[in-house]
Amino acid sequence: MSPSLPYDGAALTSSLVLVPPAIARVVAIVAAVAWSVGARAQTPELRWGGDSEGGAPFVEADPQDPTKLVGFDVEIAALLARELGRVPRFVQVSFTTLEASAARGDFDIGLSGIEDTPARRARLAVTVPYYEFREILTVREADRGRFRTLADLRGRRVATLGATLAFDMLAAAQTEHGVIPVTYEDDVHPYSDLALGRVDAVLLDEVLAARGVRRNAGLVNQDADLGVGYYVGILAPGQAALRDRIDDILRQAMRDGRLEATFRRWNMWNEDQPRLYARVLASPTGEMVPTSAAAVAPGPWEATRRYFPALLQAALITIVLSCAAMVLAVVLGVLIASGRVYGARPLRAALTGYVELMRGTPLLLQLLVLYFGLASVIQLPAFVAAFVGLGLNYAAYESEIYRGALEAVPQGQLDAARALGFTDAQTLALVRGPQAFRLALAPMTNDFVALLKDSSLVSLITVVELTRQTTIFAANIGSWLVPGALCGALYLAMSLPLARLARRLEKGWKRG
Amino acid sequence: MTLRQAQGEPTLDVHDVAIRRGERIILEGLRFSAARGELVALMGESGTGKTSVLRAIAGLDPIAAGEIQVAGVCLGPGRTARGPLARALHRSVGVVFQFHHLFAHRTALDNVWLAPVHVLGQSRAEAERRARELLEALGVGGRAGAHPHELSGGEAQRVAIARALAVEPAVLLMDEPTASLDAARRTDLAATLRRLATDGRTIVIATHDGEFVRACGSRTVTLRGGALE
Repeated sequence: MSPSLPYDGAALTSSLVLVPPAIARVVAIVAAVAWSVGARAQTPELRWGGDSEGGAPFVEADPQDPTKLVGFDVEIAALLARELGRVPRFVQVSFTTLEASAARGDFDIGLSGIEDTPARRARLAVTVPYYEFREILTVREADRGRFRTLADLRGRRVATLGATLAFDMLAAAQTEHGVIPVTYEDDVHPYSDLALGRVDAVLLDEVLAARGVRRNAGLVNQDADLGVGYYVGILAPGQAALRDRIDDILRQAMRDGRLEATFRRWNMWNEDQPRLYARVLASPTGEMVPTSAAAVAPGPWEATRRYFPALLQAALITIVLSCAAMVLAVVLGVLIASGRVYGARPLRAALTGYVELMRGTPLLLQLLVLYFGLASVIQLPAFVAAFVGLGLNYAAYESEIYRGALEAVPQGQLDAARALGFTDAQTLALVRGPQAFRLALAPMTNDFVALLKDSSLVSLITVVELTRQTTIFAANIGSWLVPGALCGALYLAMSLPLARLARRLEKGWKRG
Repeated sequence: MTLRQAQGEPTLDVHDVAIRRGERIILEGLRFSAARGELVALMGESGTGKTSVLRAIAGLDPIAAGEIQVAGVCLGPGRTARGPLARALHRSVGVVFQFHHLFAHRTALDNVWLAPVHVLGQSRAEAERRARELLEALGVGGRAGAHPHELSGGEAQRVAIARALAVEPAVLLMDEPTASLDAARRTDLAATLRRLATDGRTIVIATHDGEFVRACGSRTVTLRGGALE
């Protein structure tokens, strides 16, 4: 099953068998494209959103043919489209923003192992549940005996995927048991980091856990289920009518065994599912109240009150990380610039290479390589990797500023220093350095503000800084308005005083 | 620039020196000497190499040929040298640039005491006291706390003279000293230079101001069209 368009290219070419092969191929391609465009115009689409990075068994590129998608959510989307008389078309959306995209109407229905929560039901049109899962802990084999529940993990780092039921459970366990939640943007790295020892457990649903254990040697899943959840489809709030039709299709597929067949194909069928289907078919709405996690979704103001301390804490991490990285960038930048101005030719060439490499490749790539890519060689803690990554990257930019500033100090000043008998080092320390620093201050301030904002990229290597915390906040209350405004205000509160301080210093120097 | 300890009497001896600017020799066979307490004016039109000669004596630019003996150090052709002997040269030769080149980020007073502290190793207190005396003696004691951009041309020049004298050089070089001065200030400066010479310093000025040279009562060396007159 795949969402690709049905057309029979072989039938077309066979009718053109008398035409020279090359021309036949061209004609066939043109005809096929024309047909597919025509088919698209005639048959309405069912645009369905999901995250193919989530991978099997949900949605992933077919290893045999990466242009095709496979997974149980792909099959369910195809089933729904067929019954609705539409053609399925996949829309790639990152997992943590699926809900916001659904509300915007970026797709008709979101299907990607999306969990049923009261908050989602309050904000979106949600289908009946089509799969029941259990939240379980995954640990390293050696810890099988000691980490059985969240209560055993006091003071330990426990990984999960952001914007999930498991995350809510971890957030609750943070206050209750003192565990440290570590959130990831994907469901692959929690397990690889568990194997590397960067975290002590992973809390996620059994489907992901089964795959995590399969892919990483030395991990085991604990038997106890810590909570039960359900996968649902999500639609924009105004799409209740379409949702009702989809519910009917899902119920029918539960009765006639088509859903069972799909889940059996993906080795996901178990005795929980018939019980779920019986309850869904008996209930008029199909709403399942999750048996774990926070029962009632808080209102926006209550949520803001509850999340604000976490935002402040995240802002603290942002500012500490940015300041530390800037100090590293300035120190390295000064050394690189001095090397490029005063050094011998091979040193100058090496430093130029470094600067071009760091400026010419994305910071995000550098962070990912540093944290995940080098994990088999050196396992840097996330915060250290973030600090080193940002510092090394910005050192390249700082060094260019300092080099320019050093070269902008007038020759006359250097002649005067030499004529007075200063050594090169004294000239740098007493005359050239201080004057260059004044020239560099304004661009440095600019860079620091840019660094403050670029520090949000480190959320990809699991550091929960301000932007990441805001994303979690927004995902949990289902709106970006208040979290976005608060986050923006906090960034400004950090960057504006800096810009002001820099202006004051500059003014002071100008006055003398 | 080759450096060695020089022998012999005059404080400054310029012997058969050639000066190159880019690929072109702009001056050849330059010879003159100056004794302790003597005032010498290098005269000539713009572009004849007056400034280049001063820079060569100060060890800032290399010479193409010949030899310069100054305050016990001997300079030969080649790259400008660094190191202890070069610093000994800089300690013996003070320079007042045409545009002064006062350190823009420090006060007038700082400009004067920096070298005594960092080059001669004097204490900060001693160097600062001496700096104030020098500024006072040159009539700019009241401007000690001012930054260079707050000084007039004449004031900046006197601070630059104070800075050059602070390391007690045997030779003082001045490039176009009257360029930024009015008539009254010129007379003052001539008097100052005569006094400094009387105190035992060798002074070489590059100028095209004949009236000023006469007021100083100095001996004249004229550079013209690449040769010497």
